[in-house]
Amino acid sequence: MQTSDNILSASRIEKGFPGTRALDKVDFHLRRGEVHALLGENGAGKSTLIKCLTGAYRRDGGSILLDGAEVDPRDTFDAQRLGIGTVYQEVNLLPNLTVAENLFLGRQPRRFGMIDTKAMNRRARELLAEYELELDVTRDLASYSVAIQQVVAIARAVDLSGKVLILDEPTASLDAHEVAMLFRIVRRLKARGLGIVFITHFLEQVYEIADRITVLRNGQVVGTRDTAELTRRDLIAMMIGRELAAEIQSARPDAVEGEPRYSFRNYGRRGHVAPFDLDVRAGEVVGMAGLLGSGRTETAEILFGAHRADSGTAEIDGRPVNLSSPRAAIRRKFGFCPEDRKTAGIVGDLSVRENIVLALQARRGWTRPISRAEQNRLADHYIRALDIRTADREKPIKLLSGGNQQKAILARWLATEPELLILDEPTRGIDVGAHAEIVRLIETLREKGMSLIVISSELEELVAYSTRIVVLRDRAHVAELSGDRITAHQIVEAIAAANERGAS
Amino acid sequence: MISIVRTYLTRLLPQLIALATIVAAVSIVFPGFLNLEIQNGRLYGSLIDILNRGAPVVLLAIGMTVVIATKGIDLSVGAVMAICGAVAASLITSGHSLGVTLLATLAVGVLCGVWNGILVAVLDIQPIIATLVLMVAGRGIAQLITEGAILTFNDAGLIFIGSGSFAGLPMPVVIWLLFGVLVALVVRRSALGMLIEAVGVNREASSLSGVLTPVLLIAAYVLSGLCAAIAGIIAAADIKGADANNAGLWLELDAILAVVVGGTSLLGGRFSIAASVLGAIIIQAINTGILLSGFPPEFNLIIKAAIIVFILVLQSPRFRTAFTFLSIPRAAGKPTEREAK
Amino acid sequence: MKFRKALASATILAACMFGSASAAELVVGFSQIGSESGWRAAETTLTKQQAEQRGIDLKFADAQQKQENQIKAIRSFIAQGVNAILLAPVVATGWDEVLQEAKDAEIPVILLDRTVDASKDLYLTAVTSDLVHEGNVAGKWLVDTVAGKPCNVVELQGTTGSSPAIDRKKGFEAALAGKDNLKIIRSQTGDFTRTKGKEVMESFLKAEDGGKNICALYAHNDDMAVGAIQAIKEAGLKPGKDILVVSIDAVPDIFQAMAAGEANATVELTPNMAGPAFDALAAYLKDGKEPPKWIQTESKLYTQADDPMKVYEEKKGLGY
Repeated sequence: MQTSDNILSASRIEKGFPGTRALDKVDFHLRRGEVHALLGENGAGKSTLIKCLTGAYRRDGGSILLDGAEVDPRDTFDAQRLGIGTVYQEVNLLPNLTVAENLFLGRQPRRFGMIDTKAMNRRARELLAEYELELDVTRDLASYSVAIQQVVAIARAVDLSGKVLILDEPTASLDAHEVAMLFRIVRRLKARGLGIVFITHFLEQVYEIADRITVLRNGQVVGTRDTAELTRRDLIAMMIGRELAAEIQSARPDAVEGEPRYSFRNYGRRGHVAPFDLDVRAGEVVGMAGLLGSGRTETAEILFGAHRADSGTAEIDGRPVNLSSPRAAIRRKFGFCPEDRKTAGIVGDLSVRENIVLALQARRGWTRPISRAEQNRLADHYIRALDIRTADREKPIKLLSGGNQQKAILARWLATEPELLILDEPTRGIDVGAHAEIVRLIETLREKGMSLIVISSELEELVAYSTRIVVLRDRAHVAELSGDRITAHQIVEAIAAANERGAS
Repeated sequence: MISIVRTYLTRLLPQLIALATIVAAVSIVFPGFLNLEIQNGRLYGSLIDILNRGAPVVLLAIGMTVVIATKGIDLSVGAVMAICGAVAASLITSGHSLGVTLLATLAVGVLCGVWNGILVAVLDIQPIIATLVLMVAGRGIAQLITEGAILTFNDAGLIFIGSGSFAGLPMPVVIWLLFGVLVALVVRRSALGMLIEAVGVNREASSLSGVLTPVLLIAAYVLSGLCAAIAGIIAAADIKGADANNAGLWLELDAILAVVVGGTSLLGGRFSIAASVLGAIIIQAINTGILLSGFPPEFNLIIKAAIIVFILVLQSPRFRTAFTFLSIPRAAGKPTEREAK
Repeated sequence: MKFRKALASATILAACMFGSASAAELVVGFSQIGSESGWRAAETTLTKQQAEQRGIDLKFADAQQKQENQIKAIRSFIAQGVNAILLAPVVATGWDEVLQEAKDAEIPVILLDRTVDASKDLYLTAVTSDLVHEGNVAGKWLVDTVAGKPCNVVELQGTTGSSPAIDRKKGFEAALAGKDNLKIIRSQTGDFTRTKGKEVMESFLKAEDGGKNICALYAHNDDMAVGAIQAIKEAGLKPGKDILVVSIDAVPDIFQAMAAGEANATVELTPNMAGPAFDALAAYLKDGKEPPKWIQTESKLYTQADDPMKVYEEKKGLGY
């Protein structure tokens, strides 16, 4: 069809796994010099398609044309050699080698059979200069931020391949500043005529950088559209097949009156977060906003006792309490969903059932086991109530998608019937459908009278469900917004004002 | 109920197959292998020897399984065996009653476990290093107690633990059977098993969920120390003497191997005590089989290594995948496949 | 036992404090490997006893299994100007330099129990047992005892590849050579330990018709024999009668077994290496008589006829 300006053309790609059809006659066309966003909920088939294109999976059917010629990459190295380079969210380089070594690993310039380190370092500097990056290429890769590592990975992939660059969630762990830098580089590569496939969960970024969008759902292509002609609401509808956009934009709850249930005075920990005052009432969602590293997570950890506060007092219903450990906090009916789901949230090898009953069992103690029947009942209840998508409750939780893992961890706390739930980035890195469900769940819990503290980088989302918002900067609580002042604009203002104050 | 039994059998199937294969192979080389007879009121035969000789490693493997499930490892168990054997022998020879001797010896084992547990759980030292301390120092402590010699004793009660019999079975077998069932019941009937697995898979997430991880970790090492103490008593009672230089020597490695052959991952998490016990019995069956086969001793270790490599290959995920790959086209080729659909 | 050792060393200490006036007194340094086995402890005790009997001032240094400690001790002996040095070397190599230093200082060195890979003129003599001979003595005893009757022998070897295991096997086989009535039907390693001795013996008994096929057991050390005796008893047979038991080392526990009629013979690896060493040294210092480069200790055979209980009482205080 449009072979002439397509650099990569995949037609009727099919791939099946035992019991599922992961890709069903998928067509995907990438033009020269375009950024093409590949979107879809988790499990829609994005990764499977990428893996078929890069040879990580053997496809069951269909053809791939690269530059007009049919190719059949046997593995990712083969794909790289043909011209298709991939950069993953978790940078797949070697952190303990130098930047230069990472760039030229396996193809180091040689002199008399020995690696010519000098030439390698010089070429590494030249290569990175194209990306406006001036690094000490002789330092270990690990000594640079994830964003820099990401760029190094891109530089290597482009240098190796040079036709198609696939970016799989490259921005998931970057802050706004770093995303902007990454996008400058992407635009530059686009101008050089590369075809770039961009996979992400951040719709804002899609609208910022992508020329076209292809949406997958259940292993099929829903459609390919020009970004300029597709509204957000339509895009979300394409992705999840139902209108959720409106629900996220539901009316913001009114401020809650009455005595605070939880009050923290001069509460803090040196080196973590400066002493702060915080009140939370029943039926209230306190949002926490701030840039990465502003002290949001640290606040949550101190409130939950994961780190002990070294100053101040905590009171519940006017009575002083000691929150020196998670166990102490759990006894006071606290619950905490940590930011890093993989390392601090899920217990990967254990089943969904065991993950759900874990906190309740821990609180009861080992001598009072929850019977298997009761465990099953609890697990089934929450799998249904939170719509956790899993083949069955005995599936290891690590095999679930991010959104479903997050729901299972929420279920773990809901099973303990908490009165104060602390959620750190509950919607990060999960697909749109689960995202909306979690937002709705937060609202439901609040309506039932639970107190919640929610940390999120997505301001729109915070604004939607918070009754009050605490703004943090430089490991200190700097402002509190309530009532009409709860808008994304005001939050940004508060952060910026604090910035100015901090600068003066 | 039936489904639980079936899951259990599925879990133990590779070990059962390995054991059956070894028993079958040895009985071909040595036909009297399966003979069992009653002699002096107890069962007598090579199969009983395997269960009896395997007792120390079985006991160590029970404790080691739980430690490994917490993502730890206990290298000190061989040395703790030597210490406890020495303590038991020196107490009984200095005239203490059997009861006092046994209780004090078990207490010493528990103490060793507490030491390891505190190093790992409280001081956060890597388990392999933490337990290496006692592995090295322990044998020295045992030698101090026995003053370098084999401390021989003649207390009939203590000797009975090593070579007496109960209900037709040698005492060591009775002890590990009862102890193994007890531990498995306590671990699986309470919530301990799940909590231990949770800690082993993700210590941080477990702590944040309110699991008392330090206590669980210490408990795991205490159990391991207790197992080593029982194994030490049996080993000493078996030869009527405490041999500080050789008791339990290298048995920590056999215990780890038993756990691995039993299919529990060294990375922690899911564990099966029954599978580890089977693993220990498999190792002992290999040892006894080699002794019976009459090969020159220079081949002992090579044969043992070859068999164990074979078992581990059978268990490896890659081999299993390859195996299913091989079996699918064969199944597809059969005409019955289409009819079945 | 500890107390007795302390007493002994206190006596020696007292001897050197008050007896140093005597110009004729010999000062000898002794670098011992350590105390890794009962036999080693007995050797230390006997060396001290022998020195005391002869009025020799013995300076004792325990190397705790480390060669560098031994080298340090020898250098310190040289610096102190001792009359002679006894060395039980922990390893065979790496001694040339320090032995040369001793030679330069004209201090004779006598090796105990083991030899070294160094030029023979660097030391005065080596006092050791002959491992092959020990096996041979055990074999001869068995040949004489069965007196031409057919006899199937099982053998418990020492740790595979160790020199005692190789040599004691060699010597035993040499004694049996040409005696068609004696046949070694099974031979396995018992690692020199009681536990393995018992385990391997159990398998021998199973493999040989419940032990009815076995007429004698030869163990490379007494500890394995002690373990094997228990296995034989548990199989319902009488060790010492149904199955003859001969082993090597002569540690106290085997004499108890002999007294009970459960073991038949043992060949002594004497821990008294110092006695012959001191004799050779005295002769050398008196009139410069060079001893042979190798002094072989006696490999004495003990049987049930040698009043085993008495030997046991003598031996048990030596620190075995």
